[in-house]
Formats: sequence, C-alpha cells, structure tokens
Amino acid sequence: MVASVTSILEKYNKDKTRLMDILLEIQEAFGYISSEAVNEIARCCNISTVDVQQTISFYHFFTQKPTGKYTVYLNNSVVANMMGREQIKETFERETGTKFGQVSEDGLFGLFDTSCIGMNDQEPSAIINGKVFTNLTPFRVKELVRGMREGKDVEELMVEGYGDGNNGNKLVRSMVMNNIRRKGPILDDNYTPGIVIWKKLPTMTPEQVIAEVKASNIKGRGGAGFPTGLKWEFCRRAKGDRKFIFCNADEGEPGTFKDRVILTERPKLLFEGMVIAAYAVGATEGILYVRHEYKYLQKHLESILQGARERNLLGKDIGGIKGFNFDIRIQFGAGAYVCGEESALIESAEGKRGEPRDRPPFPVEKGYLDYPTVVNNVETLCAVVKVMLNGGEWYRSFGTQDSTGTKLLSVSGDCKYPGVYEVEWGFSVYDILGMVGATPDVQAVQVGGPSGTLLAPVEFRRILGYEDLATGGSIIIFGKHRDLLKDVVLNFTEFFIDESCGSCSTCRIMPVVLRNKLLKILNGKGVIKDIDDMLEWAKVLKASRCGLGQTAANPIVSSIKNFRHLYEQRVRMDTDFDSGFNLAESVKDYIEASGRVIVE
Amino acid sequence: MAKIVNFTIDGKDCIAEEGLYLVQAAKNNGVYIPTLCNYEGIKPKGSCRICTVRINGRLMTSCTTPISDGMKIESNTEEINDLRKAIIELLFVEGNHFCPACEKSGNCELQALAYRFKIMVPRYPYTFPQRRVDASNPKIIKEQNRCIMCKRCIRAIKDEQGRSLFAYKKRGHKSEVVLDPVLGLQMSDELARKAMAVCPVGSILVREQGFIQPIGTRKFDKKPIGSEIEMSQPTK
Repeated sequence: MVASVTSILEKYNKDKTRLMDILLEIQEAFGYISSEAVNEIARCCNISTVDVQQTISFYHFFTQKPTGKYTVYLNNSVVANMMGREQIKETFERETGTKFGQVSEDGLFGLFDTSCIGMNDQEPSAIINGKVFTNLTPFRVKELVRGMREGKDVEELMVEGYGDGNNGNKLVRSMVMNNIRRKGPILDDNYTPGIVIWKKLPTMTPEQVIAEVKASNIKGRGGAGFPTGLKWEFCRRAKGDRKFIFCNADEGEPGTFKDRVILTERPKLLFEGMVIAAYAVGATEGILYVRHEYKYLQKHLESILQGARERNLLGKDIGGIKGFNFDIRIQFGAGAYVCGEESALIESAEGKRGEPRDRPPFPVEKGYLDYPTVVNNVETLCAVVKVMLNGGEWYRSFGTQDSTGTKLLSVSGDCKYPGVYEVEWGFSVYDILGMVGATPDVQAVQVGGPSGTLLAPVEFRRILGYEDLATGGSIIIFGKHRDLLKDVVLNFTEFFIDESCGSCSTCRIMPVVLRNKLLKILNGKGVIKDIDDMLEWAKVLKASRCGLGQTAANPIVSSIKNFRHLYEQRVRMDTDFDSGFNLAESVKDYIEASGRVIVE
Repeated sequence: MAKIVNFTIDGKDCIAEEGLYLVQAAKNNGVYIPTLCNYEGIKPKGSCRICTVRINGRLMTSCTTPISDGMKIESNTEEINDLRKAIIELLFVEGNHFCPACEKSGNCELQALAYRFKIMVPRYPYTFPQRRVDASNPKIIKEQNRCIMCKRCIRAIKDEQGRSLFAYKKRGHKSEVVLDPVLGLQMSDELARKAMAVCPVGSILVREQGFIQPIGTRKFDKKPIGSEIEMSQPTK
C-alpha cells in the first residue's frame, strides 16, 4: 500500500502545498487515508503527522478509516428533509442493517450525512461512491441496496437513464437534471466559444478590458458584491512575479446549485471568462476550485480544458497575442462550506485547512502562495464574457441602476418548478413566487440561503439587488405546513455549527450556545427572556473574521424579527424563569453506572 | 526608517511607525488593548477576537491590523468592552475551567482577563463538554478541558526542522489542539518549558512544575493584566 502512496506523492513532487490533491488521490484509491499513509506523507513532505491530520480532519470527505465498499452520503439539507429524507434514511438503515454514521460489520455499506450537495431541485439525493442519485424514493433505495448486495458497479445501479444536456455526455453520465427554466445573457444558447479571445482581446489593452468591465458596473455574484472591475484593477497594480486567477466553484450555500448547471452546460464560457480576467490582470496561472460534491464533472471539465489548449484558447500566445500565456488547473475541495470564502479557498488550494485569513492583506495583494490573486465567482466570470462581447453599456441595460445585469437563481422548496432561473436584478420576491409556481399558501421565503434572510409575506414586495436583498441566488420556499423553527431554523443553525472552521472563538462557540437555547424553546422549556437573550447574544458574532461567522446567527435573528409569534407560541408564559435543567437527564449516566433509580 | 503616522485611540492622539500591528502601536503609546491569542514574536492569528476594536467604524482585530495614517480607533467603549467580556465568558462556558484547582491560577491570562472585566458569572449556560486529558507524553500534559484554541503553541513550538509539534484537529466546536505523538517524544526540556510558557491557560503543563511558583507570587496575583502597559511611559 505504501508503494502506491509513494507514487502519488511523487506525482505531486512531495510538495506540501499540493496536499489536497495528494489526499484526494489516496482517499479515492484506497477508500480512506491510513495512518501508514499519513506517516509516509509526513515523512516525504517533511511536516509532522499532526500537520497532515489537521488537514485531513478538517474536510468532510477525508476519512482515516474505511467507509465501506459502497459509501452513501445522504444530503441533510432543509429541502431534502422537506422532500422526504427521513423515509429514505430509514429505508437505507433498515435495508443495510446499518445506522447512519457507521460502516456495516462486513464492510459493505457506509452511511453518512452530508451538508447540501447542490441538488435542492431534485431531492432527496445522495452521493454513492462519487455518483449522484437524485429524487430517491424508498422503493429505489431498496433496489439500490439489493444491487449493492449483488456486487453491482455503482454505474450499473443507475436505471433512470441520464439527465438532460451534458449530463448525458459520455464523460459525465449522470442522472442529474439541469432544470434550466429561464435563460438570459449567461445561459443563452447563442454563444461561440473563444469569440472574445479571438476577436476582442487582440484589439484591446488590459487597461481597456478593465475599463469595459468597470463600465458594466458588474459586482461579484458570490453574494458579497465587490465591484469586479475594481478587483481586477487592484490585482493588476499589485506587484508580483506571478499572478493567479481563481474561479470559486465551491458553491456550498445550502440551496444554491446554479454553478453546477454552468459547469455542466457552459464551462467554455467560464474558462473564457478566466482567460479574459488573466489578460486584464496579467496572470499566467488559473485555478478552478470546485466543490467535492461536483467531482462527477471532473472528466468533462478536463476535456473542455484540453480542447481549449488545442484551439489555442489556453497555453502560449493565446488568441495569437504574443506573450499572453495562461493555463488553468482544477482543484477539488473535500467538503467544507467555509472554503467558499475567498481566502479560505486559497488556504485550501495551498493544501491547508480552509480557515479564512485576516485582512489586510487582501488576496489581490497577497493571495495564493502569497502572490496577487483574483478570486471570482463562476457566474461573474461568465457574465464578463458577455460584457466584453456586447459592451458595458449593453450590460447596464439589464437590471437596476445599482445592480446591473442578470442573476442566476437556484429555486427550491414548495413550488411546482424548482430549478435555475436567469432573471434581471430587480425582480421582487412576489414576482419570483409567481414565476416558479409557488404553492399559494407560502409561509416564508429564505433568500440567500442560511446566511441570508427568512422573509415573511409582508416583505414579498422587496426586490433582489445589492440595494435591497443581495443574494448569491438561493431561494427556498416554505409552505404553511412547514414548521419553520424546527425544520428550518434549527437545521440552518446546525449547518453553521458543523461548518465553522473553529478558528474564531465567537463562531466556534456562540452558534452552539444559540442552538442549545433554541432547543430549550423547542422542548417547551423556554421563557420570553430566552428570545431576547438570543437576539442580544448573537451580536458577538459580528466580531468574527469571515462571513460564515458573522452570519451564523442569521437564521435565528431573522426568524425572530419576522416570525416572533412562532417563538412566543412555544415559550412558557406562566413564569419568567425556567432553567431548562432536567434532573433525570442530567444524572442519566450516573443512574446507569450505579444502578440506582430516581424517586419522583 | 519607517514612516511615522498619526492616529487616535478613543480620542487620544497617538503616533507610531507605519505598519506596526495596532496592538503594539497602542502599547507603545501606553494604551492597553486586551489580547489572548496574540504572543509577541509569533505571527498573529486573530482567532480569539478579544482585541477587536472599531477602526473607522469597522470591527477589526488589533493584533492583525497594521496601523496606518489617520485611523480613528474606538477601544475602551461600552460596546467594545462588553464584546470582550462576552468573548471571555464564551471561552469559560466552552471548556471546563476550575480556577482554584488549576496549576496555572495566578499566571493564567484568561483568569486575569476575567478579573479585569469583573466577570462574576458568565451570562451563557455552561456547555460542560466531555474532554480528555492527554497524559501520554513523558514531559508534558495536555489538559484539553482548559484549552481555549488560541493556537499559540501551534505557531510557536517547532522542532529544528520547522515542523509543528502541535496542530489543530477537526473543526468547529469539535476542534482540538493536539500534540504530535512522535515529535512530542523528542521534545527537549527547554521546548517543553517554552510550550507551557506560551500557553495562556493551564492546558500545557510540564510535569512536576505546576506548583513550583507559590500562589501569591504569581504574575497577576497583585497587578491586573495590562496594568504594566497602562503605567508605562509612552515610547516615542
């Protein structure tokens, strides 16, 4: 076994900054990363074994024990639950005779929970040995488990046929559906790959490209909304022997899946956007950082990159421009939401734990390997191609004054047509609900995923845009029959607890404290003061380093603000104080150990 | 020579060399900004967040922010002090801290900060986590109940080849700072003592050294943490 680990290490020149790739390959080859492998990595890269382990233990999809011949990662997002996850989970447990979080004794099955896998429009879904299985039913689960017992290959287990578009491509062969419901400039079919590189770039200086992007007024589509042209300009001006363009395809915000659709259907558009960015800032190397959940797209993406190299859209003297050299490699993550934060993403690509960095310095000054680095969202880079093709002024004709262009929305939950919608900024929530065939009795809409806002119907006239509801595009609709506090707010809060990197004291501890308080209320032990305590206590999170920590209390805070009555219905009104202390629960271990009983 | 810049802390005019971290710049001007994860001589990490201040209105950590000209800093305000107090309380409820029985009592920065911020009882319920004590190393004991994840040991304690003896494992509230079992065995007495000194709390203890210095003569027994900075004359 060590022999092959050695060859993987040699492939990456025993370079500790490529630790992610080394670990990914070992995990894939052996199904886990053994302690012998850890020792070998530590020895070859000249780092301590705990240094290797700190990276391994950070990522959800790295394991130090075997995870079964068939490893099932079942999504536990809010929408998965709404669409019947519990039944799927029970069926898996019953049919395999294994509990979630465990591997069966014979080593055949491993069942695990996982955070949103970007399939909210086709839940319940699971990743089994790297293949995505969507729209699961108890019947299908029984079939799947039977097939596994017969020793079938995971591809043989897929009887549904392939999804639409490139999902059926021989390099993808996935049952995932794109569910594109509305197209605009980005998803437009009328696009000739390479047209900007061949026709536009040779006629423009990098400064002119930046000026055009600035003229479009486009802002980052990941959610933070930093002006793209300005970011490029900062990076162009920064001093560095090497410069990097990163594309952030780590979409982990529960409820978003639009980048998955772009990666499937418009990868050429995305890569062209990266080339334009490289030309503008003077970068020679690009990295597409893709979340592990989308690893099934790897061969497809690699082949598009290879095709681009053959057509001189990547490589040396790109587009015939002398001295313009640029190439792209793909870096996969290994399951960590926080890596969507740009500096955490860079840390991860350097083979480390995905912990956000302190700013300043900003990545445009000191990013990947301390070189100036631009990190842009998938959608931003795609939009830039259209900006270059048709001009910044044309782009400004879409959307509103402060929010130009279009936005891809990932819509899921209680509606008839979940999927991806490209709309102009300025749509109201009300318009969206009509467009997607939302259930008539909408109780609430979560805009922007867990880190966003839970809106009540009185706010449905609000519009999507940086001036009002800035969003990465996750829209989740909840009908009247949903229990917002238990099914939504608790799930989101637990998501933040699981995904905190643990670096800042605030984000490491406060979400746990708040979750305990919420549970106290859900268990009927809450009092009015508990509601106000949560609002007050949550403020400390604003001192966290990154967006994850700063927004970790948003599910609780925004639901108290907009749905306070739901909390008040659940707290005790007959007393101002309830410690929440349960004697029987607290002495359970002691009772068990001593064999005594509590007399009421 | 570096450029000298002007800035204010709570309205007080200050000067410092440009680019100096704010914590140090404040200290040179006789202003104490409480810190916990910060340690002179090692790269700042900004993980405890106690040194948070408002710089031109924005919350930022002073240990990681280089000073620049014209910064308006709010530090000793009701809002910021309550934030710091809240963070210290969070650290107390996160672990299992029993000061009277702790070898580090009197030398502990967390305890000293709790006194400085007049904490009687944390406003948050204790989480009472189940944590283990790692006593496998012959030289030191890693008392996980008291670890506050400041990562000072991770950053400061390296072997001759620059390899870390300590590292962070897992993530979120399950995180723990662990000692490398192999490198830990080769640790010199000097490095072990340094590890204990670097630890702001009683989580890294050199065996048989815990009570060598009697209580009553320890660092914070008579003078509150930060007072040496506040008593000092500004260095120009």
